[in-house]
Amino acid sequence: MDTNIDLTLVDWSRAQFALTAMYHWIFVPLTLGLGFLVAFMETMYVKTGDPEWKRITKFWMTLFGINFAIGVATGIILEFQFGTNWSNYSWFVGDIFGAPLAVEGILAFFMESTFIAIMFFGWNKVSKKSHLFATWLTAIGANLSALWILVANAWMQFPAGMHFNPDTARNEMVNFWEVLFSPFAINKFLHTISSGFVLASVFVVGISAWFLLKKREIVFAKKSIVVAAVFGIISSVYLAFTGDGSARLVANKQPMKFAAFEGLYNGHVGVPITAFGVVSGQQNEKENYLPNITVKIEIPNLLSYLAYLDPNAYVPGINDLINGNPEQGIMSAKEKIERGKLARQTFKEFRLAKSQKDSIKYAELKTKMLDKSFQENYFKYFGYSFINSPNELIPSIPLTFYSFRIMIFLGFYFILFFILVLIFTFKNNIENKKWFLRLAIISIPLAYIAGQAGWIVAEVGRQPWVIQDYLPTMAAVSHISSSAVQVTFWLFGLIFTALLIAEIKIMTTQIKNGPKI
Amino acid sequence: MFESLSQLALQHYWWIIISTLAGLLVFLLFVQGGQTLIYTLGKTAQEQTILVNSLGRKWEFTFTVLVVFGAGFFASFPLFYSTSFGGAYWVWMAILFCFVLQAFSYEYRSKPNNFLGKRTFEIFLLINGFGGTVLLGTAVATLFTGANFSISMDNLANEQNFIISQWTNAAHGLEAVLDLRNLALGLAVFFLARVLALLYFANNVDQAAINERVKKQLLINAIPFVFFFLAFVISIFLSKGYAYDPNTKVVFMEKFKYFKNLIEMPVAGLLFLVGVLMVLGGIALNLLKGSDKGIWYSGIGTIVTVFTLFIILGFNNTAFYPSQYDLQSSITIENGSSSHYTLTAMSYVSLFVPVVAVYMFFAWKAINNKKIDVAEIESESHVY
Ligand code: HDD
Ligand code: HEM
Ligand code: HEM
Repeated sequence: MDTNIDLTLVDWSRAQFALTAMYHWIFVPLTLGLGFLVAFMETMYVKTGDPEWKRITKFWMTLFGINFAIGVATGIILEFQFGTNWSNYSWFVGDIFGAPLAVEGILAFFMESTFIAIMFFGWNKVSKKSHLFATWLTAIGANLSALWILVANAWMQFPAGMHFNPDTARNEMVNFWEVLFSPFAINKFLHTISSGFVLASVFVVGISAWFLLKKREIVFAKKSIVVAAVFGIISSVYLAFTGDGSARLVANKQPMKFAAFEGLYNGHVGVPITAFGVVSGQQNEKENYLPNITVKIEIPNLLSYLAYLDPNAYVPGINDLINGNPEQGIMSAKEKIERGKLARQTFKEFRLAKSQKDSIKYAELKTKMLDKSFQENYFKYFGYSFINSPNELIPSIPLTFYSFRIMIFLGFYFILFFILVLIFTFKNNIENKKWFLRLAIISIPLAYIAGQAGWIVAEVGRQPWVIQDYLPTMAAVSHISSSAVQVTFWLFGLIFTALLIAEIKIMTTQIKNGPKI
Repeated sequence: MFESLSQLALQHYWWIIISTLAGLLVFLLFVQGGQTLIYTLGKTAQEQTILVNSLGRKWEFTFTVLVVFGAGFFASFPLFYSTSFGGAYWVWMAILFCFVLQAFSYEYRSKPNNFLGKRTFEIFLLINGFGGTVLLGTAVATLFTGANFSISMDNLANEQNFIISQWTNAAHGLEAVLDLRNLALGLAVFFLARVLALLYFANNVDQAAINERVKKQLLINAIPFVFFFLAFVISIFLSKGYAYDPNTKVVFMEKFKYFKNLIEMPVAGLLFLVGVLMVLGGIALNLLKGSDKGIWYSGIGTIVTVFTLFIILGFNNTAFYPSQYDLQSSITIENGSSSHYTLTAMSYVSLFVPVVAVYMFFAWKAINNKKIDVAEIESESHVY
């Protein structure tokens, strides 16, 4: 792009956002799931009055607290980063995007941070029932905060409920419910929180397995496993369902991302799914050269079925999306870019008329821009006016392709895992299955990997868009120097890494010390 | 009900919410103030633990109010968010760092095998205490004294230079320390936070040695607070302010603008007086009468005073984020706000705020119904 915006600035801003988001995502999913697990355990305590359940609750609650603290530390950076590093974005869509963030603060963060205080310090100060209530509200608050931020993220993937106002030069919300109840938002929310539930269940099973291996705290460990296994099997099956739902939405609304999932170059009918594949060759943004998927194992017609519930449906490939495919009614990237440039030209003339106080031209152009057919046929492609070459529209194929496979593979693995946990628990011989206990411990990092992979699929797959079709990432940045962002990038990297080490050390020490009386 | 309000009414309503959050935030900065006093007030490890735990049960409130203040500002006045945060990059990043350092320090400070050592986490709390207060105060002062930016919506149509808000110097916010008035407010907030912390400890901690030291420190911190606060307020009241014409929206400099706002909005003027008197009254109550209730007076007084300072900043045709570089780029509640639709939708959400306030109040009471003393700390299972 021929602008005086430094591209390294865009890259560093992206790197910083990805760094902080990925660190945030190390801590958040455990909070989402462990909150509920602790609430189940405490419910058992209040129902049975068995002090063993109180011990169990308190042990997992301590780990919850250790993890929670860094979730908060990383979250605040993310929020303010929209202003500090994506300031053009903050104006262009702030009218829509700001609202869920504010609602999140008012309805979720306050709830979480208020009741967490009672949860930790209230044991001797409030009644048993009130305490249990606070624990539940902490878990619900955490998941509500996930809801609102995911509504915001889903809206970036599938903008809805807004229109462009040329006078304010921004998009404005016209329908809050369309933003909140967009199918993307609901699906994203359900898939993401259930991924947190799965992660936390694997975490609890894995650590309990360690106690069993060490032959310590047998009762504690087995009781914890029962709770986590039940929660885990339900969530992991549900996770696969909602993941399938996500894929279908992506296929319909973000066809380029979907093609990248599969490394599908040339679209056709009855497309198979690639269960396994190797990406070879280098992607090149300047020339039309793409890597290929070699060594494939395919399952016939599954992709068509996955995307459109029809084994013979047509799925467009990357080439169709770039070059266009009139037969299938797909517009070429070139055409979209031209339309986008025309929309921008009209906007430019409008701004000129406005600043020159040419009221006739101003009124005429305003009518034109607000006209529905102009919005749908031209302004819809406004974002494309920032794109110079169609190849910029292709996301990184290897990253998306591999991450997608890692996530799905692990998704099915966790279902199997929890089935085994349940069987062994039912037969009451889990403590004898040394191999399985070891596997359970190794599964903890796998759950983290699956979640990170999922976000890479979702976020890298939508590049170059920060808001699908409306705003490319590079046009979203702030007016700062890339060296400034580099400095903050390394600072955040340093401090978050130190924190992660501290967290792991503290957690392992707490685990080794075991539950207290 | 909100949809029938005019755009201007909604903008005022949201500025009132932002002002309230600002007041609440400055009051809750007592946690930061307290962090700078741990070594002054606590001479033994046990005393320090009492102080840390007394603050540690409150830090989440401050933190969450800061987050909500930011998000609320974003949603209601996005132009400020995109101009100030992206422009005064270093100031906001420094503030963020100071708060990041706080979020885990309580939880990790006394945990075994915590990698960085207890001392490091305490230093983090100190950095947060000093930096968080001084920097936030300085940043808020620039709302009165102005900053260096230009805004042009036309840029979005420009291929070369499509960023709407531009900062016009390379210091990216650091230049704010060159204006003594900004520093004065920064220091005033810092000493106020310490005063409030002392009043809070007097109310929350039951330990003779600590309470003795609290008394001594109170006067030592109250005097510089009053000095810097008066220095800021008087210099702002005497200097020119950024006004705009309600019809043409043209921004211009007006003599004594902020002082005039107090007179022209007598309710704000009255509230300002009441607020300042309450802050001083709370201090006096502790100093002269030995009461432990001072925090309630000074706390509410702080909320009211900061609230009115924000009101005279945004109301009565005043630009709340003025640009020294290009007067006409200055941000006002009228040109910087969200659309009518968004403000309306958010106004409905704001109806939940009283509910939040009620449960926060009860949670606070449930945890504070007994003062913290040695016995309490020893019997507690979750200790920082
Ligand atoms: C434990 C973690 C985990 C596991 C095992 C799975 N997922 Fe997932 N997935 C996530 C964790 C996750 C996530 C981190 O929650 C993501 C990132 C963005 C999002 O919405 O959720 C995600 C995103 C995501 C997306 C992209 C959504 C978008 O681009 O908006 C798709 C298509 C799937 N998932 C599909 C699946 C399928 C078919 C799975 C098979 C069982 C699966 N996921 C297992
Ligand atoms: C916490 C979970 C998340 C993770 C791990 C994550 C991960 C990532 C990654 C890896 C990138 C870099 C993509 C690239 O540059 O190629 C990215 C970019 C980005 N994501 Fe996310 N993301 C998360 C959640 C979100 C949410 C909830 C939002 C919005 C509400 C969001 C908004 C963005 C933005 C604005 C960018 C920068 C522009 C870009 O490079 O796309 N992310 N994220
Ligand atoms: C990129 C966009 C994101 C932003 C701007 C953001 C912002 C924040 C902020 C400011 C906090 C601290 C709140 C406090 O003071 O208590 C926080 C914590 C939290 N966030 Fe995020 N967040 C993002 C992504 C996500 C995602 C994708 C999820 C869940 C799916 C999530 C869930 C949570 C939860 C549950 C907490 C509580 C603390 C914790 O879990 O450790 N956030 N976030």
